[in-house]
Amino acid sequence: MRAGHGGLVDRDRPLRFLFDGVEYQGFQGDTLASALLASGVRQVATSIRLGRPRGIFAAGVEEPNALVQIEEPFPEPMLPATTIELYDGLVARGLRGRGRLADRPDPARYDATHAHCDVLVIGAGPAGLAAASVAAASGARTIVVDDQPRLGGSLLGTGEQLDWVERVTAGLRAAPEVRVLTRTTAFGYYDDNHVIAVERRTGHLGAQAPAHLSRERIWRIRAGQVVLATGAHERSLAFSGNDLPGVMLAGAARTYLRRYGVRPGNRAVVLTGNDSAYAAARDLHAAGVEVAAIADLRPGGSAGWAELGIETLPGWAVAGVSGDDHVTGVTLRGPDGTERHVDADLLLVSGGWNPVGALYSQAGGRLVYDDALAAFRPDGHCRQALHVAGSASGAYQLGLCLSEGAAAGRSATRAAGFEPVEPAIPKIKEREVTPGLAVWMLDGDESTQFVDLQRDVTVADIARATGTGMRSVEHVKRYTTAGTAHDQGKTSGTLASGVVAELLGVDVGELGTTTFRPPYVPVSFAALAGRDRGMRFDPVRVTALHQWHEANGALFENVGQWKRPWYYPRDGEDMLTAVLRECRTAREDVAMMDASTLGKIDVQGADAGEFLDRLYTNMISTLKPGAIRYGVMCRPDGMVLDDGTVIRLTGTRFLVTTTTGNAAAILDWMEEWLQTEWPELRVRCTSVTEQWATVALVGPRSREVLAGIAPGLDVSKDGFPFMTWRDATVAGLDARVCRISFSGELAYEINVSWWDALTLWETLAALGITPYGTETMHVLRAEKGYPIIGQDTDGTVTPHDLGLGWAVSKKKADFLGKRSFSRAENSRADRKQLVGLLSDDGTLLTEGAALVVDRTSLGHVTSSYHSAALGRTFALGLVRGGRDLVGQTIWATLGDEPTPVTITGSVLYDPEGARRDG
Amino acid sequence: MAEQNSPLGGFRFPEGPVTIAEIPFLTQINIRKEPDSSLPLSAGTSSRSGDVDILWLGPDEWLAVGPPGGFTEHHWEGSVVDVSAQRTTISLRGPHVRDLLALGCATDLHPGVFGVGACVQTTLAHAPVIILRRESEFWVLVRASFATHLAGWLVDASREFAVEALP
Amino acid sequence: MMLIPCPWCGRRDESEFHYGGQAGVAYPSDPSTLSDEQWAKYLFFRDNPKGAFRERWCHTAGCRRWFNLVRDTVTNEIHA
Repeated sequence: MRAGHGGLVDRDRPLRFLFDGVEYQGFQGDTLASALLASGVRQVATSIRLGRPRGIFAAGVEEPNALVQIEEPFPEPMLPATTIELYDGLVARGLRGRGRLADRPDPARYDATHAHCDVLVIGAGPAGLAAASVAAASGARTIVVDDQPRLGGSLLGTGEQLDWVERVTAGLRAAPEVRVLTRTTAFGYYDDNHVIAVERRTGHLGAQAPAHLSRERIWRIRAGQVVLATGAHERSLAFSGNDLPGVMLAGAARTYLRRYGVRPGNRAVVLTGNDSAYAAARDLHAAGVEVAAIADLRPGGSAGWAELGIETLPGWAVAGVSGDDHVTGVTLRGPDGTERHVDADLLLVSGGWNPVGALYSQAGGRLVYDDALAAFRPDGHCRQALHVAGSASGAYQLGLCLSEGAAAGRSATRAAGFEPVEPAIPKIKEREVTPGLAVWMLDGDESTQFVDLQRDVTVADIARATGTGMRSVEHVKRYTTAGTAHDQGKTSGTLASGVVAELLGVDVGELGTTTFRPPYVPVSFAALAGRDRGMRFDPVRVTALHQWHEANGALFENVGQWKRPWYYPRDGEDMLTAVLRECRTAREDVAMMDASTLGKIDVQGADAGEFLDRLYTNMISTLKPGAIRYGVMCRPDGMVLDDGTVIRLTGTRFLVTTTTGNAAAILDWMEEWLQTEWPELRVRCTSVTEQWATVALVGPRSREVLAGIAPGLDVSKDGFPFMTWRDATVAGLDARVCRISFSGELAYEINVSWWDALTLWETLAALGITPYGTETMHVLRAEKGYPIIGQDTDGTVTPHDLGLGWAVSKKKADFLGKRSFSRAENSRADRKQLVGLLSDDGTLLTEGAALVVDRTSLGHVTSSYHSAALGRTFALGLVRGGRDLVGQTIWATLGDEPTPVTITGSVLYDPEGARRDG
Repeated sequence: MAEQNSPLGGFRFPEGPVTIAEIPFLTQINIRKEPDSSLPLSAGTSSRSGDVDILWLGPDEWLAVGPPGGFTEHHWEGSVVDVSAQRTTISLRGPHVRDLLALGCATDLHPGVFGVGACVQTTLAHAPVIILRRESEFWVLVRASFATHLAGWLVDASREFAVEALP
Repeated sequence: MMLIPCPWCGRRDESEFHYGGQAGVAYPSDPSTLSDEQWAKYLFFRDNPKGAFRERWCHTAGCRRWFNLVRDTVTNEIHA
């Protein structure tokens, strides 16, 4: 029930919401959990395995029980009610274990950003705020991350020092080099202080969330120093009936009262093994909750809380909990075995506190068991530049949290290179503390002593695991699933270790905990994808002519990141008809293609010829200025890496082309050899891929067309021979024309500046020249047996395998790959070789189809097309010993029906090369 | 002389918290040589002479950037390559420019570490770029083939700043 | 995401770099004098230590320089 006053909620701003079909009201500042408690809702969810009623157990991100599904404004599954800020119009329902994804696309925007700082403070409770105020006052670039909508951390739940929190918050927000990120959870801690956080920006606004802002944002923060002030989570105890709604962590109950002005019950019993629950009992008692008794597991009780005015029972435990769907009474058992039944609707539990060590562990730090704390805490020797402070390090008293926080702030600030400035930190008069008891399980029915509430794992389940011989918490975790639910065992992990240790009779410290891995909290895939989806998943690269291609009906093919025109269907044409038309036009008339995506590298320097001799399998240095040579590059293992043309511009300057997908890799390859192996060579390489646009003009009429638009250029067969280039004015533009052919036809590649590409292309288009795309290019080159590196090769293919032995120099002393050609493996007669393939019945073979004889695989189909020139289908493939099998029949497997295929030479069209001069 | 076409066609995104505009046809010459005192020698710096910026790209590599038609390969020594059309330049102005760039760039562009004249080769929206800080704007030099992608990304990202962010 | 110390550009995100494997594996001065076994050792055999490993990196998205460093393969700590 809502208390008459108190709390940090705004009672002037009521909010209406629907839960399990019933309308309720809460206030601005509530969570769904606090609003439900205020409305008297006990059972919120149902447990996944056993179907038991479950209520609200905690008050924060550690909640294991109260999982809900949001239905409106947009479906979101499996959120702890304790982490949902209430808003008007929220519609939610309780879950049994699993939620349901939306069946419609999420209209919200998600994004990511990067941030850098000298000091990152994770957690803005007393320790974090003290640290942040030092760093901020010292002028360090500071980022403060906290998962709550306002700063203060545990102080919001205890109601202490809120004026100081206000002052520090205002100071941080006003400081120019400080960024305060509320509603932001650091969920991943990676190498070199790279911390990933998720900021929930507009979800709390419900339907009022503005569309232009991202709903959630991933922060990738690179911090010089990190202060981990992530606090501690209270843990439960394993006793019979500890999962019934109404059983609640003591600190959570205090938080509901102090922060939300909610009394989570009317009559309470407290079960504790440490002092912290006394403060909760005191506050609830003062707010009108009748606290019937405090059962303190410690035989001596607490020394610091003697004058509380509540009956305390030292050495007493809980023997059982009564109630069907929520707590109606508690049976207490005294040290002498006496039992006493107490009517109560609330059972507050404190089994101790666990420092939140997840991020520390992710950072590479180790968690060690501390007997005095009865918990695992950071060992203080992490390799990363981080400083743990406050209850995250095991300091549970407020004064200690503040002073540790300030000290961590000082060390972080100093380590970041700034002189720390001392802020005003409140002085706290501490109460005497009686050490807590390391206690995990009480006597009772083990089958209802829950360890992991979210996975329904009981002491009995863990006993079954240890009974089978398991001795490691990692094994027990995987066997029982304890700690694997979406709360990742925040309240149960240490308890599970304690129970396993007790069952095995070993020391919990030696047993250890399970490993923490990112993410600390569940993060939606939408947030992780951010804006990197759809067309922005990977950059789309386009040529200077892309808009023309689009406007003229081209369909596109992805080649690496490039969009390349695939074919240009005319009215009513299907792909086959269009491609056959384009092929015929190129072979019989004249056609043009945008070849701008080819990689282009300017290689210059006194040793450029020698350098290229070492990289290419063939001789380059003998090339004359004005001439062009086709070249193949291999890796040292002799396998083909890339191919292309080499143009000699001057005695010391070359322009080499690479395949479209390999441009960056080949430039890197060149730099690697120049920098690491051949620094003596005077050579420099520069990418000019986008400097030049390239138009291939192909077909028997190409000479005539070129002559028409380049009147000053001698285009005669003898004046402009094959494999030479000329600088010329083409269509009024400065151009470099290369007489090379990737189709076997008379052809020219005209290179102009990117800026002039459209003018050149439109000039040619105005002459009625047919554009063709990559599919036609593939057909034309395959008819000639020209391989595509990466399609007809796969990194296990030598130049000889491709029939390119003619391009391998026998004169050069060495070049990359040469030594490998004489390895026995590379001389075997049964290596896979590139051959032509003709299916006997004209079937179009499937690329990738296996080629077999007598159930033995001989290779596979690498390229397969319809050919206009051949009037039939054809293919290329890599076949074991293929060149010796020409004329023989093998089988291509297409689905269930093998197809007979005749092996041919790889050059199926114009094998004499008669067409290249037109 | 026929009309030339820049990769973004002189693209300009309307005045707002972030102004995004192409500066087309700048002259750009890539220079590779042994360092000498006429060139900026520290990593990530640039020098200015008249209306020409020289950007450090590597210990033996620089990029001279100047007005359209300002100079040619012959003005420079070493291994010199005209790359004017290789990249186009996008100017970004406005109070939110750093926030905008941070959405897609992992490099720290805080004025304390990236002041006027600083330049960096890095990636922005997964595209390789050179970022140069000038007095009142950032220049982003982007490969021509990536320019459409990047401009679209920047416009989409700037929606964030179209209305003042929530308190 | 590690920070890799480029000797020229300083510490930058790992994603700007290209990994080049074990450092100090020189291209043999005259491969033709090597046996198939020796040549195969150069081509295919590399160390894979648990702990300090001297390896090559290239700052591909930045200055495109190759350099060596020593990285602990267990902790990703980089020395030198």
